[in-house]
Amino acid sequence: MFDVRDDTAFVRFDRVQKSYDGVSLVVKDLNLDIARGEFMTMLGPSGSGKTTCLMMLAGFETATSGDILLGGKPINNIPPHKRGIGMVFQNYALFPHMTVGENLSFPLEVRGLGRSDREAKVKRALDMVQMGAFAGRRPAQLSGGQQQRIALARALVFEPDLVLMDEPLGALDKNLRERMQYEIKHIHESLGVTVVYVTHDQTEALTMSDKVAVFDDGKIQQLAPPDILYEEPSNAFVAAFIGENNTLRGQVVRIEGDVCTVKLSEGGGEVKALRVNVEGEGAQTTLSLRPERVMIAGGDSHMDNVFDAQVQELIYLGDHIRVRVQVAGNDEFIVKVPNSSSGRKVRVGDALRLGWAMQDCRALDPS
Amino acid sequence: MAQADAGGVPLETGRSGKPASEKRQKLVTADGTPLKRALQRAERRRVLAALLLVAPLLVFLLTVFIFPIGQMMWRSVDNPQVVNALPNTLQALQGWDGRELPDERVFAALRDDFLADAERPRREQTIGPLGIRLNYELSAARGAISRTARQVPQFEEPYKEAFLDAHRLWGDPALWRVIQREGRPLTMSYYVAALDREFDEFGNIVQRDENRRIYVSLYGRTLALSVGITFLCFLLGFPIAYYMSILPMRQANLLMICVLLPFWTSLLVRTTAWIVLLQQQGVVNTLLVSVGLIGDDNRLSLIYNMTGTIIAMTHILLPFMVLPLYSVMRTIPPSYMRAAKSLGATPTTAFRRVYFPQTLPGIGAGAVLVFIISIGYYITPALVGGQSGRMISNEIARHMQQSLNWGLAAALGTMLLVGVLVLYWLYQRLVGAESLKLG
Repeated sequence: MFDVRDDTAFVRFDRVQKSYDGVSLVVKDLNLDIARGEFMTMLGPSGSGKTTCLMMLAGFETATSGDILLGGKPINNIPPHKRGIGMVFQNYALFPHMTVGENLSFPLEVRGLGRSDREAKVKRALDMVQMGAFAGRRPAQLSGGQQQRIALARALVFEPDLVLMDEPLGALDKNLRERMQYEIKHIHESLGVTVVYVTHDQTEALTMSDKVAVFDDGKIQQLAPPDILYEEPSNAFVAAFIGENNTLRGQVVRIEGDVCTVKLSEGGGEVKALRVNVEGEGAQTTLSLRPERVMIAGGDSHMDNVFDAQVQELIYLGDHIRVRVQVAGNDEFIVKVPNSSSGRKVRVGDALRLGWAMQDCRALDPS
Repeated sequence: MAQADAGGVPLETGRSGKPASEKRQKLVTADGTPLKRALQRAERRRVLAALLLVAPLLVFLLTVFIFPIGQMMWRSVDNPQVVNALPNTLQALQGWDGRELPDERVFAALRDDFLADAERPRREQTIGPLGIRLNYELSAARGAISRTARQVPQFEEPYKEAFLDAHRLWGDPALWRVIQREGRPLTMSYYVAALDREFDEFGNIVQRDENRRIYVSLYGRTLALSVGITFLCFLLGFPIAYYMSILPMRQANLLMICVLLPFWTSLLVRTTAWIVLLQQQGVVNTLLVSVGLIGDDNRLSLIYNMTGTIIAMTHILLPFMVLPLYSVMRTIPPSYMRAAKSLGATPTTAFRRVYFPQTLPGIGAGAVLVFIISIGYYITPALVGGQSGRMISNEIARHMQQSLNWGLAAALGTMLLVGVLVLYWLYQRLVGAESLKLG
């Protein structure tokens, strides 16, 4: 029963499947290990199955097949209130008829803690989120950001080992959302609690997580730390979903070790690319290339790939300029030009030479 | 000066510009009108528009609701009959001690009053109403007065003997005490009667004989029935409202139609159905007998008694409980229960501490609606209530339609109205009316 992996995996999804209607699977064969103390984010578009996974872990949905293990023990048959998992809900779910203090005291009361214990813990939790002065207020008297902090404090006040967060920052405006991201991150670091975080916002996932599981179509597409996820996407979905991405399609004509040569389908010539997810010679492939890795080539540069391009559109973004160009028959190709004083001025209609390195251009599965 | 400007001085002086330049602090609009005045003018439109929107209903309510209620309350104390009919007698009675029979002077005055009334045109005669009025207080009075009225023209001195010959009631000091007591334009005797009390021979208010007490116990029964029906409606309505609130909209609407069905069937049709179901030879009893739960000779009496009133009124008033409950429950997101469970509360605790308190505005609204409607309910108790299921409204209706003692009916109705208002005030003090959610 206890194999070696159980020592490292605090939460473990073992071949978990979920179906609501008995016809289609919302979650298909999910295997996922989460280590103690880890900040794991489930990222994906809506309907990808990420929230269903979270609800199964919380106990509000039952897995149709497979096991979910918490600390090595299967929890499929344990009701939610006995799992001891803290949870922050999308709309906070602060009890409107109770004050902030009563909201925080609630999980301690149902655990039978004494009054002085409760007050001390409530105070500590409120101080942690810098809301110490608000214990007497009702949730309706608080702003969205303040409610968010209280919801966070309530999920942590009974000191659970695992906290689940279901798109907790979705309702906040951009500035507040960024501040809360850092705060949640810091609280996670200082408490050492395990966090499973669900979001559809890739920036949020990248800034906060130790590891990100990208969900699509009921499956984990890639499980990796944020930097790996961005720089080394393992398939076309992840490449397109995380960050901005240029896509070129073609057919693999030659493979030499890690390098494969791809003939572009628009007839734009051949590209040398890093072989990541290609079946073999003759296979269709999607090339993924980050806009910031594309250089505007001078006369003397020697890049692995050099192409002629024509500027279609300029979008001014302050620190950089997004340049939409036509390359090899693809006119959705984006190049990011830094807005520096020495930089070359680009105008619509200009002809450019663009170049990029072989290892920045990843040959992935056809999509 | 500023006050006068804002209040009464015509607009032109304000525009002349002089005052504005003299007092720089006073705010003016771009064209020089004082700001306060400009605001008032701008607001006046809105107020007028609001008034126009409200006016039709306001007029309607005033004529068919507020005015009749005022009339009713007035009738419960209005007491013109004795004053109109016996002005001379009342004057002669002043200073009478109420123990011995009045002296000859008073009887002479009484004769004058009778004769004066006989000369009035028929429509303005007051002796008839006097008889009816006195009869409320003393049951033989009407006969005495009408018989005497016919004989008075032939009376000769001494009038005291003549009156006593005409009817022996004139010899009873009790009648004279009633005349003296009710010889005022306002009376409290209807309220005294409505509280099962009467005046004794010394003019004190005392309880009636036990077998003549009706109203206080009837108020008590009405109150108890209303509370019971409200509670039954809550017991039956809460689960169905909860179930509807967690169902998808389409199925919830279907259930809602079933709940609202009592609204859509005529009261008489429903009542007939109740009679068919509940009578001694009815469906329910026959079923119970055939199953063997009760014997054929002790069939349950489910209708024409209090049980019938409770069953039928609970059925009719159930939607008033379900609708506010449902509308409140629908707005409680399921995430609250989930949050409570994730925080470690058992489902029972989560329901008790988190869900139930949030339904209280709905419960309050439903309970107030059902209680207030049922406390004044009339037709159902009249049809299926029999004797033990009667409520105070039935007694009011009886005085309106059969005994024609409108004063007493008005007093009973006013007391009911005041009682409801007091209960509502109590509710507001204890729970807060703003917590009601009726929509």
